[in-house]
Amino acid sequence: MPLSDQTLTRAEELIARYPQPRSALLPILFLLQAEDGYVSPAGVAQAADLLGLTKAEVGAVATFYTMFRRRPVGKYLVSVCKTLPCQLRGSREISAAIAERLEVPLGGTDQSGMVTVEEVECLAACDGAPVVQVNTENYERLSTSEAMELLEALLRDEVPPPTFAADGSVTEPSTAGLHWRLAGLGDPPATLGQEAEAAEGSGDPEAAHEAPGEPGPAPERGDRT
Amino acid sequence: MTDQLKVLTSRWGDNRAHELDRFGELDGYASLDAAFERSPEDLVQLVKDSGLRGRGGAGFPTGMKWGFLAKGTGKPTYLVVNADESEPGTFKDMELLERDPHALVEGVIVSSYAIGCRNAFIYLRGECGWPGRRLQAALDAAYGEGLLGRDIKGSGFDLDVILHRGAGAYICGEETALLSSLEGQRGQPKLRPPFPAVEGLYRAPTTVNNVETIATVPWIIRKGVDWFRSMGSEKSPGPKLFSVSGDVVNPGNFEFPLGVPAREVIMGAAGGMRDGKSLKAWTPGGSSTPMLTADHLDTPMDFEGISGAGSLLGTAAVMVFSEDVCMVRACLNFTEFYAHESCGKCTPCREGTDWMRKILGRLESGQGRTEDMDTLKDICDSIFGRSFCALGDGATSPIVSALKHFRDEFDEHVSGGGCPFPGARVAVGAQH
Repeated sequence: MPLSDQTLTRAEELIARYPQPRSALLPILFLLQAEDGYVSPAGVAQAADLLGLTKAEVGAVATFYTMFRRRPVGKYLVSVCKTLPCQLRGSREISAAIAERLEVPLGGTDQSGMVTVEEVECLAACDGAPVVQVNTENYERLSTSEAMELLEALLRDEVPPPTFAADGSVTEPSTAGLHWRLAGLGDPPATLGQEAEAAEGSGDPEAAHEAPGEPGPAPERGDRT
Repeated sequence: MTDQLKVLTSRWGDNRAHELDRFGELDGYASLDAAFERSPEDLVQLVKDSGLRGRGGAGFPTGMKWGFLAKGTGKPTYLVVNADESEPGTFKDMELLERDPHALVEGVIVSSYAIGCRNAFIYLRGECGWPGRRLQAALDAAYGEGLLGRDIKGSGFDLDVILHRGAGAYICGEETALLSSLEGQRGQPKLRPPFPAVEGLYRAPTTVNNVETIATVPWIIRKGVDWFRSMGSEKSPGPKLFSVSGDVVNPGNFEFPLGVPAREVIMGAAGGMRDGKSLKAWTPGGSSTPMLTADHLDTPMDFEGISGAGSLLGTAAVMVFSEDVCMVRACLNFTEFYAHESCGKCTPCREGTDWMRKILGRLESGQGRTEDMDTLKDICDSIFGRSFCALGDGATSPIVSALKHFRDEFDEHVSGGGCPFPGARVAVGAQH
């Protein structure tokens, strides 16, 4: 099953936290993503099992929200804001340059499985335009060349300090850790990222990442052409 | 000149204000004793008397909203804080949570006491990592000091607060969609009535209030109605955060009394236009509010003043566009947003936003037709007021207002075979 026995206990903790169990569905989907890298069909089945829902009910929820992924995401999720205040300050040049460097369409993951790049809507930091996020931490007022330096660092598995580092802000070292935190369980366990890295290092990148960079067979919500 | 205020922003200059001990030194949690000395009914009346209006966009009177909460239902009453800040141009709540997260926690405690809530929820965007860490740390610290949990400060009042993270959906800022999402459903709006005050979270009486609204409540409790009403206007009293972005020298959040002239926010606090350009258009309250022009700069920025100018105060998110910004391109950008974020429940919004995106796209790329402007207006007419929630209405705002003020630019896109403005548009619609 997607969740280990140990993590399953944490999922039950989430269910107990809410007045009604189903409120734990979004947190559990984040938890599944933390362990699997995406919301897999087996993960959907497990969430349904945990909450007494049908797989269709869970699938309907998982496909509604953009942060739930139906294919594995890289260790670093680079999200470039495309809404007008950021676009006026060059965000689309940044997203295009990153996609070109990674040789993937927007939404894709590079061949190494390290970086996923996407364009997203307003990130509520318009005074910092253009805003680029790495695992939801802000890198603000970047020029295209600064954004490319950030990308090169991530490809070397280095995480430069985010804009508010002086205030104590830190970037989540992996999307696995990010998704664990979003589940509402606090700091991710030290082993979480290591497992993901071990899986990545285990050889076949296709097995770990299902043809990174290719558009998925089932379009994400909102992916209209 | 109107002076900038230091109420909600009073602790923003202190880089330790997010720590509980420092927050306490800065009068933090001072409203708790004052609140617990009074009856909950008194506090609801106090907030009614203050005239506080919701800071999340609609401007509904907060005390009245609380007064609508159904009594004697045998069900719990819930406070749900809307921290799903996603309206393009709005970034006030996230900065508040980064710099002064305990201000929200304090507001949640006294507001919960006022409405008889024992389980409060804060629904925070998933995409905002730093405000999330700060808020979680503040909640943990408050629990550690006995400011949350059982018998808070010996008052006999119990309160638990759950921080719940969103997963990427603008629509969840709409209160019924937010509650659906919090229940583990797709975040789709529901028909009202029943209003959340009667049947909200888990079909129990629920109030959904914005971060800034709840963070304002402790100030009213501590300083009183007269103090609060000494700021702003008769119908729109109190301090307000204004988020200014776009083509200004100094984008950022600025705190003014409601009713401050837009000119003082844009040309004063935000430093005026960058690169010496002239102002072409601005939004008073995010992309969902009709754009205004340089002719409207002396409009008082309160709910009545902005309505009088034909727009809406919304979230007071002032996006400023210079003479270099193509209005067709601006509308296309916003319409891409609405087409992406429409939840798909109501046909006029789901289909209409996508049609408008396509029409604006062809105008911008030189494939526009003479009749496109009429078609756009017609689609806006068919969306406005014909969906469950305000998302569709908001989607029509930029287009209707741009056609009203800048019709010539649209015509030029047709007659000139494309966009007359410089600057190649990169990756048009690449992901959508």
